[in-house]
Amino acid sequence: MQFRTRAIHIGQEADPSSGAVVPPIHLASTFVLPAAEGPADYDYARTGSPTRHAFEAVMASLDGGARAVAFASGMAATHCVTMLLKPGDHLVTGTDIYGGSWRLFNDVLSQRGISVSAVDTTDVAAVQHAIRAETKMLWIEPTGNPLLSVTDIAGCAEIAKAAGVLLVADNTLATPVLCRPLEMGADIVMHSATKFIGGHSDLLGGVLVARDPEVGRKLHWMQNATGAVMGPLESFLCCRGVKTLELRVHAQSATAMRLASWLQKQQSVKRVYYPGLEDDPGSATAKKQYHGGYGAMVSFEVDADVNGAQRFVESTKLFQLAVSLGAVESLIELPAVMSHGAYAPEARRAVGITDGLIRLSVGLEGAEDLEHDLSQAMTKISAS
Amino acid sequence: MIEPTTIMPDPSTKKVPASGPSTLSVHAGEARVKPGFSITDPIFAASTFTFPNTQAIVDFLEQEEPREEYGRYGNPGERVVEEKLAALDSGEASVLFASGMAAFVGLLMAHVDAGDEIVFFDECYHRSREFCRRHLSRFGVGFRQVRTCDYDAMEAAITPKTKFIISESPTNPHLSVVDVARFAEIGRRNGVLTLIDATLCTPYNVKPLEAGVDFVLHSATKYLGGHNDLLAGAVTGSAELLDPVRNLRGIMGGVNSPHNAYLLERGLKTLALRMERHNANGQAVAEFLAGHSKVERVLYPGLPDHPFHAIAKQTMRGFGGLVTFFLRDADWQQTAAVIDAVQIPRIGPSLGGVESLIEQPMVMSYWNYTPEERAEFRIPDNMIRMACGIEDAEDLIADLSAAFEVAE
Ligand SMILES: Cc1ncc(COP(=O)(O)O)c(C=O)c1O
Ligand SMILES: Cc1ncc(COP(=O)(O)O)c(C=O)c1O
Repeated sequence: MQFRTRAIHIGQEADPSSGAVVPPIHLASTFVLPAAEGPADYDYARTGSPTRHAFEAVMASLDGGARAVAFASGMAATHCVTMLLKPGDHLVTGTDIYGGSWRLFNDVLSQRGISVSAVDTTDVAAVQHAIRAETKMLWIEPTGNPLLSVTDIAGCAEIAKAAGVLLVADNTLATPVLCRPLEMGADIVMHSATKFIGGHSDLLGGVLVARDPEVGRKLHWMQNATGAVMGPLESFLCCRGVKTLELRVHAQSATAMRLASWLQKQQSVKRVYYPGLEDDPGSATAKKQYHGGYGAMVSFEVDADVNGAQRFVESTKLFQLAVSLGAVESLIELPAVMSHGAYAPEARRAVGITDGLIRLSVGLEGAEDLEHDLSQAMTKISAS
Repeated sequence: MIEPTTIMPDPSTKKVPASGPSTLSVHAGEARVKPGFSITDPIFAASTFTFPNTQAIVDFLEQEEPREEYGRYGNPGERVVEEKLAALDSGEASVLFASGMAAFVGLLMAHVDAGDEIVFFDECYHRSREFCRRHLSRFGVGFRQVRTCDYDAMEAAITPKTKFIISESPTNPHLSVVDVARFAEIGRRNGVLTLIDATLCTPYNVKPLEAGVDFVLHSATKYLGGHNDLLAGAVTGSAELLDPVRNLRGIMGGVNSPHNAYLLERGLKTLALRMERHNANGQAVAEFLAGHSKVERVLYPGLPDHPFHAIAKQTMRGFGGLVTFFLRDADWQQTAAVIDAVQIPRIGPSLGGVESLIEQPMVMSYWNYTPEERAEFRIPDNMIRMACGIEDAEDLIADLSAAFEVAE
């Protein structure tokens, strides 16, 4: 079966007790056992629950993995992966990654005796160079954030395999619709389900998908031991979201492509970051590893100081000023002030986050409507 | 202590500065700044709404200041859905109900009196007609029906007592397409109210209010909710004509619930996207079936040989996900064998959700009727109704194709 058909049907078998076309939402925290000893499908909801399993089943199928494990948030999923590391181990990660992941690696793991190196993962040689004897994990974001840099998954997989290192891909921005890292040699995929998977800005969630059943078993063991599981209502909403995932991601990507090309032609735009553009540095790798689009995120730099950029993001009427991404409604944000405002200005500029950098998460609205919106906001950049 | 958020939605920010169908699906009816600054509308799981003091109650009663009072009269989340539905259908207002039938009953109970008459096109949803024939008649309301799309017969059936003329478009399962402008004109000329049950077309494909119809009814259980996981209904039209409907709903009580209303709002956000896919799948499956040797005939408004193809093409953006077809030389068991052999569509009533459904109307809806009655309803034994979901069309076609072989 094709991707979308699986997205609608896997884990959603009609309920045997009633025939309900959508499986019931099981809110139970505990399950009555047939006998004190012996097998039972479910015993306690932290270990497993039918509604969470339905979501895990569909995610394992969509990502082509052996097992999926669903969490309370993307960060809970990320944290669980890092629990596979022991004191003395070394983690290599990218520079253009989600700030919250960086905070976990740099501020939390380091206190547990795990060392962390950040390199530009778009440069495969730099990744190779960063690997040491103690390196146990390579963490990449195939599409970076906020600069949308593109990391070669297959290239990193080769390095990881040779070095006996687990390759983990945070595939939140590409989703399994555009790219399936497990098929390219990654060991584990992480998604913040808060974003495209849920898709409606109305839940927090995370999910890990493991290629190897043994890795999957370890992740589930760790989840059960540490407890940050996804709840039943979120699991239901995620299953519901996944049913339209392919339609949404294709439509949002097509609109993003159109807006990126349009932005390139605007006088007040200095530079556009979008891997779908021919002249984007990530274009060649993106073409190789993404199929059906290049994602819904577009970043661009306006020719203005931070005040001008702020006037822009405060003037849009459809794009709403908020962090997060991936949902049906379009969002706009100013990384220098919002998502990366805590960085020192020099550190920010060093990685390319200038004061005029604006990040869009393109939703499902009509492309023309969004273009008009950006167009009218463009005229508000200058103060007068 | 954390201060409670006092931010109230600003109704002036509900105007969407754009008109694309997908833009309206996502944003219409919603305040740009919502309570608590949430990006999504909160679910107000409240049965009642409190007042700070007696004076506030008096102000509410005297000035009719818009605010909530008790859950049966309204809920903030429900109002968002109503405004979204109204915007999608280019109506002034919409009233949400617990189901499509509750909406139908709610509308008629508010607008017909003893002695009035109602005229239907005969392919309307059988429960709607049953309600009028068996139940409204108990209150002295007359019922007539004429052949679907026979506009002259409709005009001829109207008497001075006629209050309403009613049709569905497209009809189910025959998929006859009504010329809604002509239907509206008959109503206007004769001074009777017009209602189109637009469940099967949705505002994405047709907006009957723009053609002059007075009321549009939707079983939102179908495409509008879109995920086969809720029941809901709505009537959309002018505020003036819907005021009594809203008031009576508060008395009869067939309201939806805050949780359901939220799921409906969430479903509506992908309406345009889903409909585009339902339309494409319906067309592809219909074309496949039309070319298949085991299929005697296909009813789909998007096929050139459909009796209403011309009006459908002229008035509809797309033709929906429902496809009706007849197996060649098959009795009811042979037809059932095909239904039992499909792997992707589930066997069951209803339509409009992301998952495809399939059924044999003779079994599912007309089992308890005599063969003569079935003939009268034009429900032959070899008729199959497939409600295409949003799966890949290639998968649905491969599945049907395999089912025809298995059922040999
Ligand atoms: C790329 C990426 N990874 C991980 C996360 C963390 O996910 P969550 O917010 O669900 O914990 C986010 C979002 O905040 C993200 O954008
Ligand atoms: C065309 C049409 N109108 C009305 C209804 C009644 O709606 P509900 O089932 O939501 O009460 C249905 C479905 O059953 C229908 O198909």
